[in-house]
Amino acid sequence: MRRSIAALLGVVGGMLAGAAFIRRQSAHRERADLYFEDGSMLSLTNGSPGAERLLPLARDVIRKTRGT
Amino acid sequence: MDAQQALADLTEISSQIQAAVVFDDTGKVAAATLADSTRADDLAQAASGLLAAADAVKTGESALTQLEVATGEGNVFVVRAGKTVIAATTGSKPTAGLVFYDLKSALRNVKPTSAPAKKPAATRKKTATAAKKKTAARKPTTRKKQDET
Repeated sequence: MRRSIAALLGVVGGMLAGAAFIRRQSAHRERADLYFEDGSMLSLTNGSPGAERLLPLARDVIRKTRGT
Repeated sequence: MDAQQALADLTEISSQIQAAVVFDDTGKVAAATLADSTRADDLAQAASGLLAAADAVKTGESALTQLEVATGEGNVFVVRAGKTVIAATTGSKPTAGLVFYDLKSALRNVKPTSAPAKKPAATRKKTATAAKKKTAARKPTTRKKQDET
């Protein structure tokens, strides 16, 4: 009985940890990369002021292509 | 090449691209993969807004030529060459280098038609060269005839 409860808790814990990891990964994936004429590149990750302005605009572009 | 044809080639070559639009710096749409022109106009305006916002973010003197924004819903790519801009959307985790390469190739194909002033000059040159060739071709035949007689 104790073993089965421990196994169940282990599975639930693993699932929660996995979900948290996936959420964190997807949050990290959001970024804006800007490329300039001189060859330089600026990468703005989610949370930076520049990315906060560009990400909603990009989401708007994607929604417009999908007609939603 | 026609802008619409360039986009048709682009979507055929790159399976990653879901939608694309070509427009100028005024926001006028030259071609789009979307059938509805109103939606194409909206897309061009949204992409133009994104480009303007990215221009405002830049820190140095150098001009912004291309950008990629990755969101949870998909990615947006914008490439600018002079006054012509191409914007495209893809799914998540695309091969960014390949998408940029394909967009630049499409933009190169579109560019000649977006500059119609160059066309008559090229035609004139061709006709002038053709006329020269014709006269050059005629001269030896006349000479031959004279030689023969």
